[in-house]
Amino acid sequence: MAAMLGLEASGVAQVVNALETKPRLPVIWLHFQECTCCSESFLRLYHPDIVTILFEQISLDYDETLMAAAGHQAEECRLDTMRKYPGEYLLMVEGSVPMGNPGYCCIGGETALDILNETAAGCQAIIAWGNCASAGCVQAANPNPTGTKPIHKLIKDKPVINVQGCPPIPDVMAGVVVYLLTFDRIPQLDALGRPLAFYSRRVHDTCYRRANFDAGLFVEAFDDENAKHGYCLYKIGCRGPSTYNSCGIIRWNEGTSYPIQSGHPCLGCSEAGFWDNGPFYQRLPDVHGFGIEATADQIGLGLGLVTAAGITAHAVSTNIRKKKLIENIEAEPEEGPLEDIPDPDRINPYPTNKE
Amino acid sequence: MAERIVVDPITRIKGHLRIEVEVENGIIKDAYSSGTCVRGIENIVKNRDPRDVWAFVERVCGVCTSIHSLASVRAVEDALGIVIPPNAQLVRNIMQAVLFMHDHVVHFYHLHSLDWVDVVSALKADPAEASALARANSPWPMSSTGYFKEIQDKIKKLVGSGQLGLFANAYWGHPAYKLTPEMNLVVIAHYLEALRWQREIVKVQTIFGGKNPHPNFVVGGMPCSIDINEANAINDERLAFVGERLKEAQTFITQVYVRDLMMVFKVYKDWAGLGGGVRNYFAYGDMPMYEYDTIESYKMPRGIILDRDLSHVHPMDAKSPEEVKEYIFHSWYKYTQGNEAGLHPYEGETILDYTGPKPPYKFLNVNDKYSWIKTPRWKGYPMEVGPLARMLVAYAWGKEPQKESMEQAMKELGLPIEAYYSTLGRTLARGLEAKLVADWAVEFFNRLVQNVKNGDSRMMNNEKWKPSSWPDKARGMGLAEASRGSLSHFAVIENKKIKNYQMVVPTTWNGSPRDVQGQLSPYESSLRGTPVALANQPLEILRTVHSFDPCLACAVHLYDEKGSYVHQIDTF
Repeated sequence: MAAMLGLEASGVAQVVNALETKPRLPVIWLHFQECTCCSESFLRLYHPDIVTILFEQISLDYDETLMAAAGHQAEECRLDTMRKYPGEYLLMVEGSVPMGNPGYCCIGGETALDILNETAAGCQAIIAWGNCASAGCVQAANPNPTGTKPIHKLIKDKPVINVQGCPPIPDVMAGVVVYLLTFDRIPQLDALGRPLAFYSRRVHDTCYRRANFDAGLFVEAFDDENAKHGYCLYKIGCRGPSTYNSCGIIRWNEGTSYPIQSGHPCLGCSEAGFWDNGPFYQRLPDVHGFGIEATADQIGLGLGLVTAAGITAHAVSTNIRKKKLIENIEAEPEEGPLEDIPDPDRINPYPTNKE
Repeated sequence: MAERIVVDPITRIKGHLRIEVEVENGIIKDAYSSGTCVRGIENIVKNRDPRDVWAFVERVCGVCTSIHSLASVRAVEDALGIVIPPNAQLVRNIMQAVLFMHDHVVHFYHLHSLDWVDVVSALKADPAEASALARANSPWPMSSTGYFKEIQDKIKKLVGSGQLGLFANAYWGHPAYKLTPEMNLVVIAHYLEALRWQREIVKVQTIFGGKNPHPNFVVGGMPCSIDINEANAINDERLAFVGERLKEAQTFITQVYVRDLMMVFKVYKDWAGLGGGVRNYFAYGDMPMYEYDTIESYKMPRGIILDRDLSHVHPMDAKSPEEVKEYIFHSWYKYTQGNEAGLHPYEGETILDYTGPKPPYKFLNVNDKYSWIKTPRWKGYPMEVGPLARMLVAYAWGKEPQKESMEQAMKELGLPIEAYYSTLGRTLARGLEAKLVADWAVEFFNRLVQNVKNGDSRMMNNEKWKPSSWPDKARGMGLAEASRGSLSHFAVIENKKIKNYQMVVPTTWNGSPRDVQGQLSPYESSLRGTPVALANQPLEILRTVHSFDPCLACAVHLYDEKGSYVHQIDTF
């Protein structure tokens, strides 16, 4: 894994072969201000199987949720890996770091920030699990009482992969780890640091109910006749049109379902600041770059002609977006877009995902 | 002279917990429990749409996922006078039962079992003997010699690699480990099986709530429509899927989890005399067969036991300003009414006020404030909440399934019923409860199917969905039993927005610091008197603390009615 950052492609077979003989990738998983949903989600991995990844593919040397050792012995595990594998170990972070007061999050008497800095110094890359580590999640929502910050705002000299969602989809988490292990490099990321393999398509564009949107068929209230038919949830607040995630593709828990399939609008949990994009059951008034959604009410009147135009509009915008993404990777702003946690009072708070 | 031992982080829990104990002559003389991380979620939900709050507070905890949402929608429904349809009640019960089964199993195998099971000792096991042992203990079919050999080879490979990962630098070989190598091997095999099984049971939450962790809820019912003639609703394929998972769970819990508990605790009977802690037990009760306000239909009854007197169950009224109160005498908050005041959650306030030592620190100043957890009391009494409290309250009520299963288990262990007041009792009660919950889940499911068969497919009450139908002022309380114990949410709604929102959660009851009178809460109390064989290895401390299944993310939060914050930066 020493060449994780190298962009030179090596033969996949060769890498897999190497993995069988080399030490397993040492991993330190830190927990700060979080709810442990990312850890729980990770435990739901199916491919690779959770037992295989935990005990045969990586060496999870420090993780407060699962490790056998506690207290000083636990601390020693972290330091031991840092000493033995400088520049080689992977750092996974769950949770954000409070900057308001050092006493807001301490582990072993040390502040979250000190532990993060100390552990990040020798790692080769950081995976920021979930919305907390990527964007501060619920504790960063207005008024952000503890002054919390996501990892990429604090660690500037290491690659940070933001695996978004609250939590991220289990097999997306697996996908990112396997990508690192198999291809020996950081996956391609979008402007917000999210792997393109999982965050380059809007939930709206990959939703199995999309045809209902295009046909103007909407749920008007929970459990109405239209809800039973499985119509589009846009009018009761679905954030699918402004959310980039794989819920519609991979789905949750071995493909069992996803929020929309089970009748609830998407909350947009893989987007920075989604908590302040509410109220959740108020429909998106306007989605930039997609005139067609702004006129969903008119579509609701049932005009096939408009629907056809809508499909074209989407096709065009998708192509445009693709181009933008590639450019964004090359030029990420000094202060990332996550600084703009939306103000709930502003008129149109919905982030545009850099359309 | 007492020696101060610090265990921080306490691992294999949810959140950030620190325990400091004073040990004298190998016995814990005193203990201090501290929550060391705070996020402030109650304050964040203020001024939000009450219908949105379930999603915010669900993120209090991803381990107890869904239970805070349940308490939250109940609080808002209580405030607005919404009664949900029977199907929604049953689906919520099933979601809750799934959480209990998942949580209890994961707690035992992945968070607690390594306190009793020596992984390295399993290398010395004879797989044939392990197989014989497993077969004598349970009808669970994964019990062949070859199977245990395969598991043992896996552990060998892991240990041989020199990279022990999760099992590194632990307490293997500690004199307090007493299981035979074969027993250790059997439980480790089940540790791995449970890791795979837990992914299956949560799929039930995914069917009804769209994802797990953090499934969706909605005020007024559940978001998933049922229609057996629709492709996109909960139809008979989805129901069959749920039914299958619930049946598998029943088998796994009965044949693996409960049987392992019996096997392990036959060896650790000495722990029936340790870790008892406070003598009062508290349960709101939950899992109604009918509407939520039909308390008599709860599978888990409501009540309070004082001083371990099982002949009398005390009633409670959580809304009464005189019963449940929270104190901050030893917690890093300020009250406008002074440091010794106790406030009912409806009137609750909290101003963050960190006065602890400047990090990095070695010890907390336990004479002053030392935790982010507040101290709740019922009529001034410290209370234990959780599976043991629920089972004891049911026992005292004479509830048949609980009473019978508790008596039967102790009979098999050859211990008296009083043995429940212990670390062993707490861990055993959790397993027995899981078994009952597995049965109830099937009962809820069958009733749901029967309702649908009878033509009732309602899942939502939309009457009060629109804010225009709400009063200008309202307040409501949502009670629930979480896997870890009694949970309550209090919502004050004004002008269609949340004015004040507060949560009193299980680990607040169990893990809080002592109160003004110096009365200890359950963690601290239960650690007193525990022997510690090796001062530098906190194995015994972990056994008792883990028996509570701590959940710190739930326990630390803040309320702030005034919206003011005090950052005590000048402390440093």
